[in-house]
Amino acid sequence: MSKHTLSVLVEDKPGVLTRVAALFSRRGFNIDSLAVGQTEIPEISRITVVVEVEGAALEQVTKQLNKLIEVLKVVELEPNASVQREIMLVKVRADAGTRSQVIDTIQLFKAKVVDVSTDAMTIEATGNSDKLRALLDVLEPFGIKELVQSGMVAVGRGPRSITDRSLRSA
Amino acid sequence: MSDTTKQAPSPADVASRARQRPTPTAPGGQSGAAPTPGHEVVPGVVVTGAQSLVLSLEAIGADTVFGIPGGAILPAYDPLLDSTKVRHILVRHEQGAGHAAEGYAAATGRVGVCMATSGPGATNLVTPIADAHMDSVPIVAITGQVASGSIGTDAFQEADIRGITMPITKHNYLVTDPAKIPQAIAEAFHVASTGRPGPVLVDISKDALQATTTFSWPPQIDLPGYRPVTRPHGKQIREASRLMSEAKRPILYVGGGVVRAHASEQLRTLVDLTGIPVVTTLMARGTVPDSHELNLGMPGMHGTVAAVTGLQRSDLIIALGARFDDRVTGQLSTFAPGAKVIHADIDPAEISKNRTADVPIVGDVGEVVNDLITQITLDRATASDDDQTWDFASWREQVAEWKATFPLGYTDSDDGTLSPQYVIERIGALSGPEATYVAGVGQHQMWAAQFVQYERPNAWINSGGLGTMGYSVPAAMGAKVAEPERTVWAIDGDGCFQMTNQELATCVINNIPIKVAIINNSSLGMVRQWQTLFYNERYSNTDLQPTTQRVPDFVKLADAYGCLGLRAETPAEVDEVIKLALETNDRPVVIDFIVHRDAMVWPMVPAGVSNDKIQAARHAAPVWERED
Repeated sequence: MSKHTLSVLVEDKPGVLTRVAALFSRRGFNIDSLAVGQTEIPEISRITVVVEVEGAALEQVTKQLNKLIEVLKVVELEPNASVQREIMLVKVRADAGTRSQVIDTIQLFKAKVVDVSTDAMTIEATGNSDKLRALLDVLEPFGIKELVQSGMVAVGRGPRSITDRSLRSA
Repeated sequence: MSDTTKQAPSPADVASRARQRPTPTAPGGQSGAAPTPGHEVVPGVVVTGAQSLVLSLEAIGADTVFGIPGGAILPAYDPLLDSTKVRHILVRHEQGAGHAAEGYAAATGRVGVCMATSGPGATNLVTPIADAHMDSVPIVAITGQVASGSIGTDAFQEADIRGITMPITKHNYLVTDPAKIPQAIAEAFHVASTGRPGPVLVDISKDALQATTTFSWPPQIDLPGYRPVTRPHGKQIREASRLMSEAKRPILYVGGGVVRAHASEQLRTLVDLTGIPVVTTLMARGTVPDSHELNLGMPGMHGTVAAVTGLQRSDLIIALGARFDDRVTGQLSTFAPGAKVIHADIDPAEISKNRTADVPIVGDVGEVVNDLITQITLDRATASDDDQTWDFASWREQVAEWKATFPLGYTDSDDGTLSPQYVIERIGALSGPEATYVAGVGQHQMWAAQFVQYERPNAWINSGGLGTMGYSVPAAMGAKVAEPERTVWAIDGDGCFQMTNQELATCVINNIPIKVAIINNSSLGMVRQWQTLFYNERYSNTDLQPTTQRVPDFVKLADAYGCLGLRAETPAEVDEVIKLALETNDRPVVIDFIVHRDAMVWPMVPAGVSNDKIQAARHAAPVWERED
């Protein structure tokens, strides 16, 4: 199974996320990651969904998504033609003895400290999944107390916008 | 609440006022997008949400609503009482309302409407909604919902029917703002009836029905994400014609989409033009007349040997409004192994879902067939005589031989008891092609698909995709309401009949004289057949009663409902009771045909097995010549 990133533009109406999520469940497609948010156009939301499927099934996912009345557009973003980011907040055990070690480590990943207490620090990091996984690997020995991660968001590289062509035209 | 209702004008008042006005052209009225058959234009009038709902139904041309009132939908039933345009038919169970709406729609292509209250009323609609979703039947279900302030509190008779029906509707709405009722109704009818048809549910909260609002018509339809493609791509049409010209063993695989698209006439022209043999699926019976020599009948699990084998041995399948359902293909990996596939469907998601298409064509099947006819006519005119294209004569001979060698048939029982196939054959023969035949699900359904001769589309109505037992009586009721002049038969099993027969009361009270033929074998016959074949004749829970008993006595039951109840137990009695039923049009007729319980549906391809293993009858696989 390979992972594919789909950008789904939807009308911002109640229940639309349920429709999209339920479709994946009902048709037996596995969601790897999901993120929803506003776009530059009011009343249009963007769902970024990472799905694990093979070729024919990917075509079926896309077609089924397009059948949802409130789905306006479905675009697959290729990894090498798009920027893909996740955000991670991780609470690491760090006392006076290890604090500077942790800070040195996370600086290699351009992560930053967003909260400190006597025996822990909270670190914020953004990047693609591989980078965040690598960061977690090096933080592991210090002791990870809590971890929270967003779904992936992605945008195509280059000047063109996914909403360039009017979504309201036939 | 009742005060405001009384002060506001009745729907009939508003409608008559609207009719008196000179009607300017509705914006977008000619585009085909605005679903306003009445072309009524109503400027803003102050009404309740409930009146707005009834006015919307009137304006959109809904003439019949099947339903049952209850707490949350109650406000809507008050103005409904005054409507002179919308006939409400009070059913006995909401499932009956849903299937009746389906029968209404399946008989005519017009949108069927059903209405129910919140909670249990709405959940009782779930089965017919799922049924309509599987068979692409255009229906609109309107449900009351608890007041918006109570939503989410587990209020009395609260159920999240929008959430429940999300996977089984084409689209659905929860309306809590009374101003949005006309738009929701207009969009619901538009979505239900265009593209690939299907069910749409509109759930309206009680406070939205009670509140004061402004009704105007037509409302703005705002569906930016809904743009069904109806015009097929010219390149694909040319490629399809090219593949057809080069094929040696092409076959038209016609599905229910042709019925929904009203494309039977064009299809007939295509068949006659090309001389390509046709199979008509369970959902497409009658799209090409059974009397047509190139019609090989129904394919699939209980299809004819000619249709099943025609598909298996073909080198090109032209699928029109069909979806390669497992009941047609059997084991998918061995289905028609030598065939290329041209697949035309209005739903892109059906194309290459089960079987990869070599030529995908997205479009309305009527337009696809028209374009194919034009292209083929052009291509044939320019083809030279000696390049052997468009020559299917030897293939036609081959399929004709299969058709002649393996006709549909049955053997009577040894003890002189009635054969179910004979009963159904006689109903079809005596009622003719203009009658409508509505089946339940099971053996009787397959026999009705096989042994009635269908000559027109919409003559055959059944639950194909979902396989809903209990479909027949209420769906027949809906079909009869839609086309009162036609003879409408419910061909039902005794198992199915007992799931929904309460709608006979609705039929009697509302003067809907359907004719019900109960093919009574005292058992759940299709399940019993599988037990006979695959479970060593261990009949676990399929005998509904000992054959010597009559629980219930269907003749007495019919009588109790005010129907004419008849019974036939021997072949000699069959024609007599059918003729009596055909002559009786002042009330519904129920005929209890006592048939023997060991009859089985043949031919048969067991589930999950290659269609090459078709058996024409038990232990009777066709013997093919070796070179095939």
